[in-house]
Amino acid sequence: MAAPENKRPTYYEELRQRGYSRRDFMKFCTMMAAYLGLEASGTAQIANTLLKTPRIPVIWLHFQECTCCSESFIRSSHPIVADILLDKLSLDYTETLMAASGHAAEAAKEKTMKDYYGEYVLCVEGSVPVDNDGVYCCIGGKSAIQVLEEAAAGAKAIIAWGSCACNGCVQAAHPNPTGATPIHKLVKGKPIIKVPGCPPIGEVMAGVLVHIITFGRLPELDKVGRPKAFYSKRVHDSCYRRPYYDAGLFVESFDDENAKKGYCLYKVGCKGPMTYNSCGIIKWNDGVSYPIQSGHGCIGCSEANFWDNGPLYRQMASFPGFGIESNADKVGMVAAGVTAAGIAAHAIATNVRKKKLVDDLVAEGKESEKELKS
Amino acid sequence: MSQRIVIDPITRIEGHLRVEAEIKDGKVAQAYSSGTMVRLLEEILKGRDPRDAWAFVGRVCGVCTSVHSLASVRSVEDALDIVIPPNAELVRNIMFCTQYMHDHVVHFYHLHALDWVDIVSALSADPKKTSEIAQSISNYPKSSPGYFSDLIARLKKFVESGQLGIFANGYWGHPAYKLPPEINLIGVAHYLEALEWQKEVVKIHTIFGGKNPHPNYLVGGMACSIGLDESSVINAERLAYVSDLLHQAKAFIEQVYIPDLLAIAPYYLDWASIGGGLGNFLSYGDLPTNGYRDPLSYKFPAGAILNKDVSKVYDVDLRNDAEVQEFVTHSWYDYAEGNEKGLHPWKGESKINYTGPKPPYEYLDVEQKYSYLKTPRWKGHAMEVGPLSRMLVGYAKGIPEYKDIVDKTLTKLGAPVTALFSTLGRTAARGLESVLVAQWALEFYDQLIANIRNGDSRMANTEKFNPDRWEKQAQGVGHSEAPRGALAHWIVIEDKKIKNYQLVVPTTWNASPRDFEGKMSAYESSLMDNTPIADPEQPVEILRTIHSFDPCLACSVHLYDEEGKHLSRAKVL
Repeated sequence: MAAPENKRPTYYEELRQRGYSRRDFMKFCTMMAAYLGLEASGTAQIANTLLKTPRIPVIWLHFQECTCCSESFIRSSHPIVADILLDKLSLDYTETLMAASGHAAEAAKEKTMKDYYGEYVLCVEGSVPVDNDGVYCCIGGKSAIQVLEEAAAGAKAIIAWGSCACNGCVQAAHPNPTGATPIHKLVKGKPIIKVPGCPPIGEVMAGVLVHIITFGRLPELDKVGRPKAFYSKRVHDSCYRRPYYDAGLFVESFDDENAKKGYCLYKVGCKGPMTYNSCGIIKWNDGVSYPIQSGHGCIGCSEANFWDNGPLYRQMASFPGFGIESNADKVGMVAAGVTAAGIAAHAIATNVRKKKLVDDLVAEGKESEKELKS
Repeated sequence: MSQRIVIDPITRIEGHLRVEAEIKDGKVAQAYSSGTMVRLLEEILKGRDPRDAWAFVGRVCGVCTSVHSLASVRSVEDALDIVIPPNAELVRNIMFCTQYMHDHVVHFYHLHALDWVDIVSALSADPKKTSEIAQSISNYPKSSPGYFSDLIARLKKFVESGQLGIFANGYWGHPAYKLPPEINLIGVAHYLEALEWQKEVVKIHTIFGGKNPHPNYLVGGMACSIGLDESSVINAERLAYVSDLLHQAKAFIEQVYIPDLLAIAPYYLDWASIGGGLGNFLSYGDLPTNGYRDPLSYKFPAGAILNKDVSKVYDVDLRNDAEVQEFVTHSWYDYAEGNEKGLHPWKGESKINYTGPKPPYEYLDVEQKYSYLKTPRWKGHAMEVGPLSRMLVGYAKGIPEYKDIVDKTLTKLGAPVTALFSTLGRTAARGLESVLVAQWALEFYDQLIANIRNGDSRMANTEKFNPDRWEKQAQGVGHSEAPRGALAHWIVIEDKKIKNYQLVVPTTWNASPRDFEGKMSAYESSLMDNTPIADPEQPVEILRTIHSFDPCLACSVHLYDEEGKHLSRAKVL
């Protein structure tokens, strides 16, 4: 990436300017390396890049959306968003936060599109309605389709924020009355990073941007275009309630005795087994909790077309990769023709064994409790 | 001679809003407000499981996150006659207060402040003087001269980089900016502090609802079971976390938000006679202390005020089909029996019909239809909703905590009661109710703890969670007071599925186009109430009044029903 003028301060210079030590800087780099799932050597790579990189211009477009992605982004705890905005990148256009309105706002966007042609990162929040010549979303008198085409032309890469931009989300749910369309179906010939979720986790959004800023290249993506660092694990496989599932201990209805014990939510509709996301790993809002931890099943909001994947509270009939014996390699290889009954039989066999294991552990715990009391 | 100006996009709001205005003799002579995006969620809801509706309509808005989910579960509970346990009511109230505190602070600093605070002027502030002012108005600890000189250095560096990011092309230096550099600097400092603070208070949503934005709700109560001796549900550690966050939030509102509001307001007292508009105010009330079915127990009382007459508060009945009605005379929809008629939401019917210009376009034809927002009316009256309406209804009803805080503030600013009917009044009311809400949140928390201590750990009533126990037909209304104003969802359930779902939301009340009689709604009426325009190329004055309402357009535009065209396909769900 050739910077037109290299007078812009680097990320490292910014930090020093603000009184952070080199040690703080290296600590930050180590943390980011860990977050991005890099080896120890990655720390040096991050440090080197941040020492040199000027602030990347970013244009953030808003289409058919609820703005939950922008809200989630400002919830990021590391880096915090004030630092992202002032020190890490140059957010030259976003309707949600920018000072200028109307012509002045459009002028700021056009200036970046011209001055940084081929260099800026284009973030898109929201889907684009294509029915009826695009009249269902207009900005500055132009349709969303027109706005997207103009901005995509000079973008170095495109980030599709959230389920709206990745798969259309709620407005694309059946019967999709406005023709809400995700970005990858409208823009061709540009790298597109999909960051699904309704919204995506704030730290995931910041992590994707930091990855680009740090390495000057896109994070590695899976087959459908999502960063592997954040979307390679099922919520089910990283769930802290997973042992209850394996032991066959389930919440039967909300707020029952099992719910008060924090058992598995599979039977009240949890979509964790079919959902790829970092909720169980990074968790939400600086790691405070995530939906399952707060007693409600996962609704699968990072999966394509999740609104039409059956009612929220219906137990999933079957899913690939059942039980803890399964590993990532087996996921997706389970024959589609396997019946729910067959899977259930397997589950029962597995779970009887696991139940015994848990019972033993509970008994052991009670023993030590007795010892403590005596 | 008049000049037509267009502001599109209006930024620092949620959604897509366009304002066209005629400027004559340095004032706004005509104003037209248009919502330019539509998603048609109500059509998507038809045929679905009513218990799922909260998740769909939650996605109406991620800024006013949680409020639509709350209205939705209430509508279903109302229809199915479900009474939720007291703990669930308290948790919902705490989450409600959390949303208010977050939303109002973010609105003040990140969406509204740049209309009043000149960032460039802040660069020339004297750090020592700034520190003295900061310490004279508040005991907030971050107020040393060093703190402010560091901030100036950081801002200078930022400006010198030539990349102004979100601050590029602002109306800096505009004559309408009146604050001294030191107060501008305090504003900028707290813009950044508030940005960091806001990610903390929402953790209350994360604890009870699993995430924010879009925490989870549940028909019948809340899903966050209490288990004091269990490791993975709501226990003493989780509750202590909530308590800590509530206290932090209250401190920020009292030490930062309110002192800033009171420090900035005296420089803009002329805005206490600008932007008043309709003078009709509506609140549905909220924060039940004895259940949703007992409106007299609400912390926010319900009622309507007409023609700025605070001596009389009218009752409001959302079930009466002659009270709330929606019109489409100037909206891109058609009614089957003509566009002059208003429809109550339970019978809400509409067919989208975009007749505007083909994009790209320069102007809308405001004589015809010009917005995706419908036009709601209460007994035929255009009504303003939002913080000012809530504060006025509480004040007019003579409730002591409302009287106290309003009168004290007016005395402090040396302003008469009539100053409330203005752009400044709207912005001040938002701050004042934040103070009340921060106090109430702690009361609700204490009650929750008391309940648990007394042995009540119920969090959900699931007697009717199974649809087999429902009547064949049912209808309900779930109302709330969203941060931006009166909100209600009307649901019709038939054969365990949603037959009709209609939302009438705050920004629809405020930002809607003219009605069948040509009567304006709140935005247009306020803009035409004495709004000066120093420079038509830089209409910061229009932004001040529009932002004083805290627009949320995604909320207000979601309607659609193509006359059952898609219903047969929806059956597969």
